[in-house]
Amino acid sequence: MVQVEFAASLRRHVECATQLVAAGSLRAVLEAALTAAPELAHYVFDDQRSVRKHVAVFVNRQMVLDRVNLNQQLASGDRVLVIQALTGG
Amino acid sequence: METLLVASRKGLFVVRGSGAQWAVESHHFAGEPVTQALADPRDGAWYAALRMGHFGVKLRKSLDQGVTWKEVGAPAFPLKPEQGFWADDPTPWNVDMVWALTPGGADEPGTLWAGCMPAGLFKSQDGGQTWALNRPLWEEPRRKGWFGGGNDYPGMHSVLVDPRDARHLTVAVSCGGVWQTHDGGESWSLTARGMTADYLPAEAADDENTQDPHRLVSCGAQPDALWVQHHCGIYRSRDGGAQWQAVKAPAPSGFGFAVACDPRNPNRAWFVPAVADACRIPVDGRMLVTRTDDGGKTFTAFGDGLPQSHAYHLVYRHSLEVAGDGQTLAMSSTTGGLWMSANAGEQWHCVSRDLPPVAAIRFA
Repeated sequence: MVQVEFAASLRRHVECATQLVAAGSLRAVLEAALTAAPELAHYVFDDQRSVRKHVAVFVNRQMVLDRVNLNQQLASGDRVLVIQALTGG
Repeated sequence: METLLVASRKGLFVVRGSGAQWAVESHHFAGEPVTQALADPRDGAWYAALRMGHFGVKLRKSLDQGVTWKEVGAPAFPLKPEQGFWADDPTPWNVDMVWALTPGGADEPGTLWAGCMPAGLFKSQDGGQTWALNRPLWEEPRRKGWFGGGNDYPGMHSVLVDPRDARHLTVAVSCGGVWQTHDGGESWSLTARGMTADYLPAEAADDENTQDPHRLVSCGAQPDALWVQHHCGIYRSRDGGAQWQAVKAPAPSGFGFAVACDPRNPNRAWFVPAVADACRIPVDGRMLVTRTDDGGKTFTAFGDGLPQSHAYHLVYRHSLEVAGDGQTLAMSSTTGGLWMSANAGEQWHCVSRDLPPVAAIRFA
């Protein structure tokens, strides 16, 4: 199973506990985790279902640069963390 | 007692008062950019459009005048086609900002229209729970000729619903002219004849499709009376936009963003002058409001109560509003000023000079 955690900056808008979902592509993993809180999806994804410009996704310790395809394959035991990127204003 | 919703870079403020006595009563969504607000006159619901820096556009609704808010749906574009006419559309199919929120007709409870950046028009028929893109306008081939004015992409800032016929909408796009539908959005026509854009090559200056109306308003009592503060000056129409007439630039300037029209008198309108497009500050550092009472033939400038020395306030297109009485006005600025007038703009009272940059104000 893959562990998916959404940072507190997201959970303050829509609560979502850490999810354990089946291994697969990063997109499949994120979509599966977001079924627990469908209202959170629009915070993570833009209208085209790409990861928002100011949201960052980490797989284990590595930030994912691809925001569109999300076809990186994840294995059981991987950990995904979704955070807000550091932007000002 | 009037209520004013103030949408700012750092949250929504509720301001209440009358005459010269106004005060900020409450602050909502502290720290979040709010780009538009609406108090629906049909059911009293309040809406606030947020533009979260990280998480995109969100719409919040209150049924108890701001005591509690809940998230409702937000306008969102469908998936961009990978083939066909729109595959190479340079405009992102992502809503970046809700720029206009307009209730549908009195006979259409729950219907709302949202004009967005990029310039999509969205309709909700369930009080904001769900939204649908108006495809006929978005897929109008001439949209490819639109471009951004002060923004990276074209945006729709003005959406008027005809009080006589809610299937008649008039919308304005920077830079994409003025468009109208008479069948609820199934078909659209371009209605910017008479406008001139001096930023275009001379031979294209009267191209209706690339005009830059900064703001479009109508007279409530006579909806065919329209006013536009255009990038290149002031325009009015007496025939619902079939033909536009340029108004001679008033002193000290015909450049600006905002316009408000007396809801009872189509010949009275207010503007807030700035120097020019390349210098968006008050002329000589003096903040003024200009008013015409004769349909644009003459103007009077009023500065009583407004900062008159080294004032650099800019009033955006949604930051000059007139209440239903035609006498009470509100004005706000990008540098956090908020002023009220109880006598049709002749004198002003400062509510605050310390608010965040204000994007929009709406009387509730």
